[in-house]
Amino acid sequence: MSAAVKTSRESVGVRVEGLRKSFGDHEILKGINFEVEPGEIFVIMGPSGSGKSVLLKHLIGLEEPDAGSIFIDGKSIAMEGVMDDYRLAMVFQSGALLSSMTVGENVGLYLTEHRLKSPGEIQKIVEEKLAIVGLDEAVDKYPGELSGGMKKRAAIARALVIEPQLILYDEPTSELDPLMAITIGREILALKQRTHVTSIVVSHDRDMAFGVADRIALIEAGEILVVDTPEKVRACGDERVQHFLTADFNLET
Amino acid sequence: MFNDFGQLLILFSKTFKSLPLTWRQRRKVFDQLFEIGNASLLTACILSLFVGGVLELQTGPVLVERGLGSYLGGAVGLTLCKELGPVMMSILIAGRIGSAMAAEIGSMAVYQEIDALKTMNINPIHFLVLPRLVAISIALPMLVVFADMVGWMGGAFVAASNKDIGVSFQTYFTNLEAFVDPGDIANGLIKSFVFAVVVGTVSCHQGLQTIGGPRGIGRSVTKAVVNSIVLILILDYVLTRILLFFDL
Repeated sequence: MSAAVKTSRESVGVRVEGLRKSFGDHEILKGINFEVEPGEIFVIMGPSGSGKSVLLKHLIGLEEPDAGSIFIDGKSIAMEGVMDDYRLAMVFQSGALLSSMTVGENVGLYLTEHRLKSPGEIQKIVEEKLAIVGLDEAVDKYPGELSGGMKKRAAIARALVIEPQLILYDEPTSELDPLMAITIGREILALKQRTHVTSIVVSHDRDMAFGVADRIALIEAGEILVVDTPEKVRACGDERVQHFLTADFNLET
Repeated sequence: MFNDFGQLLILFSKTFKSLPLTWRQRRKVFDQLFEIGNASLLTACILSLFVGGVLELQTGPVLVERGLGSYLGGAVGLTLCKELGPVMMSILIAGRIGSAMAAEIGSMAVYQEIDALKTMNINPIHFLVLPRLVAISIALPMLVVFADMVGWMGGAFVAASNKDIGVSFQTYFTNLEAFVDPGDIANGLIKSFVFAVVVGTVSCHQGLQTIGGPRGIGRSVTKAVVNSIVLILILDYVLTRILLFFDL
């Protein structure tokens, strides 16, 4: 980590310009453009297979675009070393906890591997972060012993340890019951209030998206249909947007 | 295939460059060493005991018939330490440990654990490949020495107890001592070290390349074991030629 690393309190802005990505003949992202303000919760919403998760992987450098650019604080992440200048964290859909390690070891992994603190300090930080997500009892458990919701909360705790300036959530409420989904949504909101971290959330959960977002981008088939505040997205006249927002179980619609 | 081979070389060179970080990963190296020993010691013992015995059964009566019974110790000793020990143990390790490595890393790739490491700026090669490769490179030569000794014992037991052979322990081991010199042991150790690097690199590479869920993990495990065994057998010939050139 370079000396120029910003403090956790300094959240960062993100700008995506003309992002394109294909896998074989299938074009997943077709020229994506949007901008995320520092400290805001930006929700990328859309049906399954619309390219949301692929977009998120580009933002954290796990995928390389075929064309287009991503800027963090105005610096292209394609430039060498830029990703090392910022603390970014991602909460994966499955939690992606290392199954061979306890929850405590998972949460402290970043600090342990980079030798940023002494073992005693790491233990204190791990306990503190687990307490924030209500998992202080699970420190010695293995991921296999946790429920889906607990895994996601442990993954959030692991992200918190990094004290990120930008945190990305991939489908944080998928496979969760409605109450647990609300708990996770509240965690996202609480985190923003506590640390002013910039959050980008990918989800197809309409309730969660409108509950936590400062702004929403709706993506379909690799194209952004609308980017606006929740109220304005609801009022958007685009037929595809309205179809996604209002689709229900009524057989006659 | 050539693409795979190129990627293997790149993975090996990246792991080799990260060797100075081994001390930092020592806990994982010890964990892996323990796992390798725990998983393979008993099997290695049984395998080499019976291979030594079978070797004796096949060659013993023929040599005794021609009045060469006193050379049995040397014949079995050299065969085991220069050829069968390293090859047999490497194949065992490919099946027992290489498959486990490919499955574990493969499942980490499929369930995004490796992506999670990358997002934390943790290099998967330093974290996953380096400790495994170092551990297997230490464990396999040690296992080969152990297997050689157990195999010699198996051979000696059959030589002494089989009425068609009837070579005493003392004759067997005196001859073995006369024929097997430290250079022969070194020959087996060099081979086993190279085979360990092959099994470790191939297995970790297959694990890292895994895509597509449980079926993908199964495919990676199969490829890791098959590719390792093929490479072990090809390299065994190449190494034998090279070592013969150096009089080993």
